[in-house]
Amino acid sequence: MSAFFEALQQKFGAQIQSISADREDEIYLLVADPDIRALAEYLRSEFEARLVTVFAEDRRSAEGVFFNYYVFERKGDTRYLIVRAPVRADNPEFPSLSAQLPAVNWQEREIQDWFGLKAVGHPNPRRVALHDNWPDVHPLRKDFPLETVLPPFEGERHIYRPALGEGVFQVPVGPVHAGTIEPGHFNFAVAGEPILYLQLRMFYTHKGTEKLFEKLPIHKAVFLAESISGDSSFSHATAFCQAIERAAQMEVPLRALIMRTVLLELERICNHVADIGAIANDVGFVIANAHASRLKEMLVSLNEQLTGNRLLRGMVCVGGVRRGWDVVQLVSLRAAIDSFASEFQDLVALIDSSESTRDRLEQTGVLRPEKAKDLGIVGVAGRASGMDLDVRRDHPYAAYGRYSFRVPVYLIGDVSHRMQVRVDEVHESLGIIRSAADESLHGDFRAQVPPIPADRCALSAVEGWRGEIIHWIRTGPDNRLERCKIKDPSLNNWPALVEAVQGNIIADFPVINKSFNLSYSGTDR
Amino acid sequence: MFKIIQKTIATGIVTTKYPGEPAQVSECFRGRPSFDFEKWKDARDAAEICPTGAILVCDEDGSRRVTVDYGLCVFCGLCAEASADQAVRITQEFELASADRRNLILTAEYSLNTDRTHRELRAVHRRPGNVEADVESVGQKAREKIQKLLRRSLAIREVDAGSCNGCELEIVALNNPVYDLERFGIQFVSSPRHADMLLVTGPVTRNMELALLKTYQAMPEPKVVVAVGACGISGGIFGKNYASLGGVDNVVPVDVYIPGCPPRPQALLHGILLAVGRLGERLYDDRRR
Repeated sequence: MSAFFEALQQKFGAQIQSISADREDEIYLLVADPDIRALAEYLRSEFEARLVTVFAEDRRSAEGVFFNYYVFERKGDTRYLIVRAPVRADNPEFPSLSAQLPAVNWQEREIQDWFGLKAVGHPNPRRVALHDNWPDVHPLRKDFPLETVLPPFEGERHIYRPALGEGVFQVPVGPVHAGTIEPGHFNFAVAGEPILYLQLRMFYTHKGTEKLFEKLPIHKAVFLAESISGDSSFSHATAFCQAIERAAQMEVPLRALIMRTVLLELERICNHVADIGAIANDVGFVIANAHASRLKEMLVSLNEQLTGNRLLRGMVCVGGVRRGWDVVQLVSLRAAIDSFASEFQDLVALIDSSESTRDRLEQTGVLRPEKAKDLGIVGVAGRASGMDLDVRRDHPYAAYGRYSFRVPVYLIGDVSHRMQVRVDEVHESLGIIRSAADESLHGDFRAQVPPIPADRCALSAVEGWRGEIIHWIRTGPDNRLERCKIKDPSLNNWPALVEAVQGNIIADFPVINKSFNLSYSGTDR
Repeated sequence: MFKIIQKTIATGIVTTKYPGEPAQVSECFRGRPSFDFEKWKDARDAAEICPTGAILVCDEDGSRRVTVDYGLCVFCGLCAEASADQAVRITQEFELASADRRNLILTAEYSLNTDRTHRELRAVHRRPGNVEADVESVGQKAREKIQKLLRRSLAIREVDAGSCNGCELEIVALNNPVYDLERFGIQFVSSPRHADMLLVTGPVTRNMELALLKTYQAMPEPKVVVAVGACGISGGIFGKNYASLGGVDNVVPVDVYIPGCPPRPQALLHGILLAVGRLGERLYDDRRR
């Protein structure tokens, strides 16, 4: 046991009941009570540990209590430290960490809504996942059946904080937006043009996904994972399959790991190039978007050739991938990547040459690094604001350990930097794909799946194109799951949008929103 | 400016000729699974593995009814992998849109051997086993009226009533230079008050039910509603639960259904043009009896 765990034992020995590790990079720390404030503060101040996610599990029938899980990571350490804290069924409360760690604000409230465990001392304990007009139900409790038919809604859907003052107006937008995008409700308080305050109401697309995972057999649940967030189908499904593979302690063939890496990077490039075009479009540079969407279409066709589906669906499976690539497919992969690379350079040059575009993007929607750190912002948005995080480098999975790549980090945190992170990442991804495509792709691409043992827990992380995706599972009997927690990077990042728009004019909201491009379905599940 | 024009000229025209010419589709593309009902010796493996229950088996006194619902299918291809006798084949066909939900359903009746494999194919019907009399849908009249009025122009309001965003990605692709929807005089509009067609993805969540209804009610008559994707048609893998109401037609009347997960842009185009009478329904026929 390393010095780190000795230090923890020494300081919190009375509270720590056990330290265990089924896998060397996933360490569980069972503590005696739900108050982990001192431990969290110690990890933060002494080890600069980051609280990755917080979630709960209803273990009343097996262990008589609920559990909260706090996942921490330390810079330079590939292990995740997972603190498992019991919450009594007869006193369903736990001390909130949100005042010290604003990053878990929404996630603690989710636990309140979905499990009925009260986050005591939460600075803003209102509902987040259930709208205000929902009845008093806690859908992720085991005694709440998935098919429950709820009574019709009553009362106000959203209760907002009022924004008062001379000349202050509230502008409600959504859930149906002007464009073809996902639904959510935004309430802007404005004084003239500038935005004073933005209140978000998400969870319009909440469709019981985590609960549904507890019902489906595992091979069918892979398809549900593909439908968590459409633009991240492959990343989410890979995160899910990895979790099962870790729980079953399976070896995945190298060929499959390399193919997964190629497809994860293709998903990243597809979305990045579309976003680059859309950001240009939102400040009026329509031709750049026409080229970008044409380039995306090139890649989507390549997706179809490699996987049979334009969104890379139906390819990843527990144990590897469902099909290997033949010579023709590999030749098209290399050819498409080469022609995309040269076209992409033209696109970037085109946008760079437009001063009016640059002028609209620079200093727009600034998310300062200290705010990003407080709010625990991840992925593209985090890296544009100084958050040097990337699961591919920090907790290597698939075949990422075999390739070298750079993680671009910028400090200004404006729309322009969020775009620049994407541009840089496309170049890095092209490099990864080229190296991977040059490897000899022979041998098995799919391992035999053994019967999956019940009551195994596993954490899996993937750097989706938006940022860090976490899946945590507990297996159950009969090839099913007891619990599947999904954390899409969007859940961390929505509060960043609230920060970034303040003081900007409402007309810049679309481009600021697009520069984050968060997933509603991934958030709402 | 010079650079922009230079790039535009160098790029040339990239727009597809579809539907004037057949779509260019990769031979790897997984479209409609086609069923050779005569040859099919056992549907249980395919039904067991199907992630959404698009293939259902119902046994009763030595006979079996197999139902295949393209409105639930996510085109994963597992049924073809699971059918050892190659009775299920994945095709590249995607023009599956239909004005009648029942046209998306095939039913085959078999007698059974003692080991529960198929002995003899008795009948195959399109539509569910117990066919009701053809009722003219309410939407039919509206559709005819729109077809008459608007044959050459259409304004679409899109509503995401709870989808994973996959369908939206393909709907947005209709506006790219490759599919270029505006060449048909069709455009997406911001307000339902300007719209003739409501294009809805699903499943409809409880939280989006009211917004969907209000959008529908805000549209002027005549109007058509198109349900997109497995989730929009039937709830797909999500089905109905405490948070999901299932398919769009549980909330508003639907005129045309476009299967897919998600439907590729050409499939959307086919469905949209079908809804306004500019293309016909394509009934692929697997019936062998």
